[in-house]
Amino acid sequence: MTMTTTISPVAKADNGVNVSALLSARQALEQAPQAAQFKWRASCAWLNGTHSRSVIGNFFGLGAEQSRNKTFTVEADHPQVFASEDNAPTPVELVLSGLASCLTAGVAAVAQRRGIQLHSVKATLEADMDIQGILGMDDEVRNGFGAIRIHFDIQANATEDEIKALVAQSQKRSAVFDIITNPTSVFVTVN
Amino acid sequence: MKFATTVIIGAGQSGLAMSRHLTDRSIDHVVLERGEVANSWRTERWDSLRLLTPNWQSRLPGYAYQGDDPDGFMSMPEVVRFLQRYAEVSNAPVETGTLVTRVWPLDAGYAVSTNQGAWRCRALVIASGACNIAATPSLSAGLPHEVASLTPMQYRNPDLLPEGGVMIVGASASGIQLAREIRASGRRVVLSVGEHVRMPRTYRGRDIQWWMDAIGAMDVRYDAIEDIERARHLPSPQLVGTAERETIDLNSLRKAGVEFMGRLVGLNDGKAHFSGSLANFCALADLKMNRLLASIDEWVSSSGLADRFPAPQRYQPTVVDPQTKLSLDLNDGIGTFIWATGYRADYSWLDVPVLDRKGRIRHDGGVISAPGMYVMGLPFMRRRKSSFIDGAGDDAADLAAHLSLGLTRAAA
Ligand SMILES: Cc1cc2nc3c(=O)[nH]c(=O)nc-3n(C[C@H](O)[C@H](O)[C@H](O)COP(=O)(O)OP(=O)(O)OC[C@H]3O[C@@H](n4cnc5c(N)ncnc54)[C@H](O)[C@@H]3O)c2cc1C
Repeated sequence: MTMTTTISPVAKADNGVNVSALLSARQALEQAPQAAQFKWRASCAWLNGTHSRSVIGNFFGLGAEQSRNKTFTVEADHPQVFASEDNAPTPVELVLSGLASCLTAGVAAVAQRRGIQLHSVKATLEADMDIQGILGMDDEVRNGFGAIRIHFDIQANATEDEIKALVAQSQKRSAVFDIITNPTSVFVTVN
Repeated sequence: MKFATTVIIGAGQSGLAMSRHLTDRSIDHVVLERGEVANSWRTERWDSLRLLTPNWQSRLPGYAYQGDDPDGFMSMPEVVRFLQRYAEVSNAPVETGTLVTRVWPLDAGYAVSTNQGAWRCRALVIASGACNIAATPSLSAGLPHEVASLTPMQYRNPDLLPEGGVMIVGASASGIQLAREIRASGRRVVLSVGEHVRMPRTYRGRDIQWWMDAIGAMDVRYDAIEDIERARHLPSPQLVGTAERETIDLNSLRKAGVEFMGRLVGLNDGKAHFSGSLANFCALADLKMNRLLASIDEWVSSSGLADRFPAPQRYQPTVVDPQTKLSLDLNDGIGTFIWATGYRADYSWLDVPVLDRKGRIRHDGGVISAPGMYVMGLPFMRRRKSSFIDGAGDDAADLAAHLSLGLTRAAA
C-alpha cells in the first residue's frame, strides 16, 4: 500500500482564520441541525438627545446560552448638521460598518479556505440617502439607503479573478449582506 | 405476488440503461413504468424544447445516436423515439401503465405494490427520475389569485398563457429558455435572477458540451470533489439547443427586451419584492464561466493542441442596470408567474427509511444503505454527468456490478 500526502490548501496560507474548526462545525451541525439555531441580542439605552449606548453581551447558540467574559458597548448619535452633538457615528454609518466587517471577515475566511494569503484588505463604502424620506417630506422616498457602493482594495497572493471571486463568495455567504439586500420581519413590543 | 430478482422503477434512460446491464449479466428483472417509455420526455416538457446536449452525446450502453446531424439537438418527439427504440433493441422487460404505489422491506428484499398487482424482489433500482415535481418556493403562496401560476412542467407554449406580462422566477436552463420564447412572442417578460450558471453555446469552434466532455469534466467522480453537497445543488446551465447554436445569457435576453430583477424574496399586497443581490449573482456567474473557459484553455495548451482551435476569447461581463428595481406592482400588467425554480424527486411511495430530513435519498454514489437498493439519475450522483442521458451508462455499469455482487454474496 502506498501513502500519498497532499498539502492541504488550508495550510498554505495563514490569515488567522481557523477554517478547519469552521468546517468541523459544519459537519457536526449536519448531524444536529437544531444546534444551528442562534439568537443574537443587543440592548440600547437612551443617554440624551440622539445619543444612545448599546450593550452587547450574551447570545444563544449551539443549543445553549453562550456567555462572554466581557460586554461590548457601541454608541450612536447624529452629526451637528442634524442639530445633534455628534458624540458617536450615526446608526446608518454603523450599518455600513457592520456590512464592511461582515464582508471583510468573509474575505479572510474564504481566502483561508482557498489557500490564498492575504496581505491587506481595505473596504471603502458609500451609501446614498435622500433625507426627504426620514424628514417625512415625501412619501415616495424611502427612509433607508437608495444604494450602497463598496470598493475592495485587496493585496493577496492570487490572480485578479481569484481575488474577485473571494469578494463575490464573501457576499454570497454574508449575513449582513443578506440582511441588507433582503427583507426581514421586525416585531416591536413596548413595556 | 409476482417475483423478479430485480425491480427497476421507471423507464427513462436511467431505468433502461440499468435494464440493459442486468440483461447482459443475465439477472432477471422487470421495469415498472407508470406511463410509456420516456414518460417524462413525453408528458412533462414544453412544446419547443430541444435537448441542450448535442445528438452525439446521446449515448447509452450498446446504443447511440446514428443520424446524420451529430451536432444537432433533439426535439422531444425525437428523444421519445430514441428511447423507445432503445427499449426495443434492448428487449427491455418494461411493464407500462404500471404505477408503483408503495415499496416496503421484506426479510430478504422488497415488496412493490402497483396499480397492476404486487411484486416481490431481492434488489430494487429507483430510476423514477430526479425531476418529478417542480419545486416552488413557499412564498409562492402569496401570489394574488388573479395572477396565473404555472411551472415549466405545465407550460406548453406562449399562446396558451393568459393575457398579460409574464414573470419568470429563476434563470437556469428552463427559466431562460422560457424567457427567450415568451419574449419573442411579443409579451412583456420579467425575469427574477438568483444564482445561475452562465456558459457560451460554443467556444473556440466547438460546442461547450464537447469541451466539458473532452477535458473530462463530465466524468469527475462524486468522491473526488470537495463540496459534493454544493455540486449536487448547482443550477442547470444557461444553455439552449438551437440550429443556429445560439448562446443565450442575460446579456442576450436584455437585448431581446427581457427585464431583470434580483431573487424573488417576498410576495404580499399585490407586490413582488426582490433581493438587492443581483449584481453579485451576475459577478459569481461571470467568474465561474471564466474559470471553465480557463480550464479549457489550459487543457488545450497542455495537450499541445493550440493550433487546432481558434484563439481563446472572453465574453462581455453581464450588464447589470444600477437602477434595477426592488419591487414590482403585479397589477401593473403581470398576468402569469412561471416558477422555473428547479425540480425535485417524488418518493411519497417509498416506505423504507432512507430519506434525509429534507426528503432526499441518502446514498453513496447511488448505493443506498438499505441492502440491495439503488438509485439512478440524480444530479452528480456518481459523476458530474449522472443526471444526463450520457451519464446513465457508466452509472448503470457500476451499480449493476455492485448489485450483482450483492446477489452472489447473499446466495453464498
Ligand atoms: C426540462 C428538462 C430538460 C432536460 N434536458 C436535458 C438534456 O438536454 N440533456 C440531458 O442529457 N439531460 C437533460 N435533462 C436531464 C435528464 O436527462 C432528464 O431529467 C431525464 O428525464 C432523466 O432521466 P431518468 O431516466 O433518470 O428519469 P425520467 O426520465 O424522469 O424517468 C423516470 C421514469 O419513472 C417513471 N416513474 C416515476 N415514478 C413512478 C412510479 N411511482 N411508478 C412507476 N413509474 C414511475 C416516470 O413515468 C418516468 O418515465 C433535462 C431535464 C429537464 C427537466
